[in-house]
Amino acid sequence: MTTTTAQIAVTADRGGPAQPLLLVRELRKHFALGGGRFGAGRRVVQAVDGVSFAVDKGETLGIVGESGCGKSTTARLITRLIEPDSGEVVFDGDGVGQYGGMALRDFRRNLQMVFQDSFASLNPRLTVLESIAYGPQVHGATKADALARSRALMARVGLEPATMGSRYPHELSGGQRQRVNIARALAFEPRLLILDEAVAALDKSVQAQVLNLLQELKAERGLTYLFISHDLNVVHYLADRVMVMYLGQVVEIAPVQALYRRPRHPYSAALLSAVPSMDPARRSEQPPLAGDPPEAAGVTAGCRFRDRCAHAFEACGVAPPLREAGHGHWVACHLENVIPSAGAARAGEVPDT
Amino acid sequence: MSSVLDSTVAPPAAATAAPPRSRSYWGGVARQLRRDPVTLLSALVLLLIAGSALLAPWLVADPFQASMLRRLQPIGSPGHLLGTDELGRDMLARLVHGGRLSLLMGVLPVVLAFVAGTSLGLFAGYIGGRTNMLVMRTLDVFYAFPSVLLAVAIAGAMGPGMSNSLIALTLVFVPQVVRVAESVTTQVRKLDYLEAARLSGAGALSIVRVHVLGNVLGPVFVYTTGLVSVSMVLASGLSFLGLGVKPPQPEWGLMLNTLRSAIYINPWIAALPGMMIFVTSVAFNLLADGVRSAMDLRR
Repeated sequence: MTTTTAQIAVTADRGGPAQPLLLVRELRKHFALGGGRFGAGRRVVQAVDGVSFAVDKGETLGIVGESGCGKSTTARLITRLIEPDSGEVVFDGDGVGQYGGMALRDFRRNLQMVFQDSFASLNPRLTVLESIAYGPQVHGATKADALARSRALMARVGLEPATMGSRYPHELSGGQRQRVNIARALAFEPRLLILDEAVAALDKSVQAQVLNLLQELKAERGLTYLFISHDLNVVHYLADRVMVMYLGQVVEIAPVQALYRRPRHPYSAALLSAVPSMDPARRSEQPPLAGDPPEAAGVTAGCRFRDRCAHAFEACGVAPPLREAGHGHWVACHLENVIPSAGAARAGEVPDT
Repeated sequence: MSSVLDSTVAPPAAATAAPPRSRSYWGGVARQLRRDPVTLLSALVLLLIAGSALLAPWLVADPFQASMLRRLQPIGSPGHLLGTDELGRDMLARLVHGGRLSLLMGVLPVVLAFVAGTSLGLFAGYIGGRTNMLVMRTLDVFYAFPSVLLAVAIAGAMGPGMSNSLIALTLVFVPQVVRVAESVTTQVRKLDYLEAARLSGAGALSIVRVHVLGNVLGPVFVYTTGLVSVSMVLASGLSFLGLGVKPPQPEWGLMLNTLRSAIYINPWIAALPGMMIFVTSVAFNLLADGVRSAMDLRR
């Protein structure tokens, strides 16, 4: 199944267009909080609790939710920067790190990440060229080849290699650094790019430029994006489908237009109504949601949103499964406006569009 | 380094359009140092002291030549530019020769502690978790004692002698260097670029070499440079207490000890070894300061 030359094995599209590029099943990570010594009275944060989703080839899946909802942890669990407690990641049909599946090293070459902090994600002691060239060198390219590729990528992301290549990260602006980070990630020739709040720290005009660059690169290289953001406007612009997370769980997954037009989950609705409207007449003084999210350490059984939900009723004492409410529109809520589709309402089933 | 690669790989058109200026890290540090007169002066003083110590046999008279007739001659007496000590030995010769042992006792323990401490600190910091805790809490035991007391205790337990005091001083400095190396490594380990490096599929050794070492060595190096003067003073203290170098070997701390009885007869002679210790350690401190600011990338 795996060929001798890693080059072919890791880059070939093997499953065809119908096969999701990335399948995540029941990903789970609980962090133990300090406090109680020697395990006595130790509290546990359910940072990511049974997250399942699929990313199709060539699509952009946006992940939204407020701070601490487990967006970034999910990304780090997929990449195994944090070891998950349980769960499974399947990349183009191959189970990552499983027997007969794909080695973690090959997987990581197929997937790269761009982080929010453009400065912290570059080694301050390496020049821009060296930073970008490091990845190919790790995977066996000669230094000359790696630097040549690094130059080509710099030019592609809009940085002049001759003048910028020998600079250090602190000599660049935030937007330039983020371009370097994108080039660094692309140097691996990945198929999946995880953008963890990649444009959140940039000001609006630079943000627009970087977003356009990302769109171009995606079309040009057939990339698939996992776009993590708290900025709903940016997600609306970039994403094909959107996944809404709340306290470590998926509450809704839907095509972007369907979600923005008619959110099914009360939390998604609250999140969307918090986006300031361009029309002053439609602006509201009313906060869409009262209170703070409960401490993730204290969550118990039932719907996690029930304490803040305006529509909570008795059924919410039982955790609602994720079920299909419309075409490709999945939601985890008991409310009536959720139209149950027969046969598909199995808990944890991976939705497909 | 990078400029060489630029010229070999870049197409000639690009290379001529923008000739890459030398932007290597150490080149920048050297440029910065050249603009700092205090650092240059202290480097010069240290070079003079170290150079004369190295060339002592060819520069000055025999430091062991005693003469009961010419004891404690004042500074400027004929034949003895800096006078003589309590056994009539030439002070200039003894001070220059003494620099050999004193500098060795100042530098060698620090170098040893730098190597051992950085390795241990990198290891503990990069592995993290329980291993880190075990290493650091063990070393904390050393912190329970003041460094002078610790040096005296170790040297005393192992018995007098130069190699024993070298070992004692090294042991005193290792925990301090480990602590600096560990804390810098732990900071670096949390940064996103290390996550990116781990995502690249590189092995731990490659990551440590390329991404951790370069960012840890700088601060540790600067810290240890500052330790040289401490080490010299401590070594002199050990010799003064009779735990280091043995007479009649010339060494500044030991000379300070034996000359203290002469302080009422000829105080200037007695002060000379102390002056040497003072000047050398101040020079090392100023040099460390200069190097520290020159090595800061974001100046």
